[in-house]
Amino acid sequence: MSTLHTVNKSPFATTALVSCLGHCKDGDAVLMIEDGVYGGLAGSQMAPIVEEMGKKVALYVLTPDLAARGVDASRLLEGIEGVDYSGFVELVTKHDRTQAWL
Amino acid sequence: MKFGVLVSEGPYTHQAVDSAYNFVKAALAAGHEVPRVFFYHDGVNVATRLSVPPQDERNIQENWTALAKEHGVDLVVCIAAAQRRGILDKNEAERQGKDADNLAEGFRISGLGQLIEMGIQTDRLVTFGD
Amino acid sequence: MSDVKKFLYVNRRAPYGTIYALESLEVVLIGAAFEQDVSLAFLDDGVFQLTKSQDTKGIGVKNFSPTFRALGDYDVTRLFVERESLEERGLTEDDLQEIMYEDEDDDWAEKPSIKVVSRAEMADIMADQDVVLSF
Repeated sequence: MSTLHTVNKSPFATTALVSCLGHCKDGDAVLMIEDGVYGGLAGSQMAPIVEEMGKKVALYVLTPDLAARGVDASRLLEGIEGVDYSGFVELVTKHDRTQAWL
Repeated sequence: MKFGVLVSEGPYTHQAVDSAYNFVKAALAAGHEVPRVFFYHDGVNVATRLSVPPQDERNIQENWTALAKEHGVDLVVCIAAAQRRGILDKNEAERQGKDADNLAEGFRISGLGQLIEMGIQTDRLVTFGD
Repeated sequence: MSDVKKFLYVNRRAPYGTIYALESLEVVLIGAAFEQDVSLAFLDDGVFQLTKSQDTKGIGVKNFSPTFRALGDYDVTRLFVERESLEERGLTEDDLQEIMYEDEDDDWAEKPSIKVVSRAEMADIMADQDVVLSF
């Protein structure tokens, strides 16, 4: 049993991403959408935290939201996978429940 | 699978409504069912038929109305949240003694029970909010 | 076949600054009629929803905190409050309202509905649910 967590806010704006990562279990996935995609940026102050806390989960960003914000995939932390909306749908079906961190 | 979607923020101000719409379209395209989308908190404001966004921008309400028409998605607006925010259908307007109603086509006003029912009857519930 | 699912209502926001706390409680009350397996989670700023002595006269909005005390009558008896969230905010369990329910399996003995749990326990509780509603 695993959970897909969604985070839609920037980690520089709210504590949603950090709180989410603090409650993940092994095998969970975290999908960053909307402004949440900034949580995937390498070289930011949040990067070490995301990297460390993200070790036991699969990290994803919604690529349309990345593109909208002009963030190239090369700017993301290593290990973060980009998915489009159909990938989002697949993640929802793959995991037993979806939990939004608003 | 059957997906239920909860939309917790209003149109234009938050991206949540757009994300939900895009998600629902992708789910339907993948062959899943989306029997219901429930609008709560400011999400009820999606259902006003009086919005006039700029011509070169998406018309959020019309998009949802078309989705309901084409795919039979049940768009439910929470009555308590709608009353607070002034989203009324004809019945509600008469009941409450208001001189106008504004509910758009394809949406229906109902109780919070519809949200719980959605949770019970679907395989996955996805929330879009802020 | 059982239709009973585990529902968790996740509360992470303070009361009054936004409507989410109040409107989430409204879902809990209506939802009680569906006799599902309901739990409430209070973490991050959500723990502030349960503090004692809320007096809203000066801001002109309704004080809805007494409603928590009625949850027991609706068979909603599990309010999980995260310890780390309390500590981060300089709060203790003493700062929270006393919310009780009557345990029909124990001669209607009055018991506390609030259960303070660790972050790790909260994660386990979340991982055990069928439906998670976040407000």
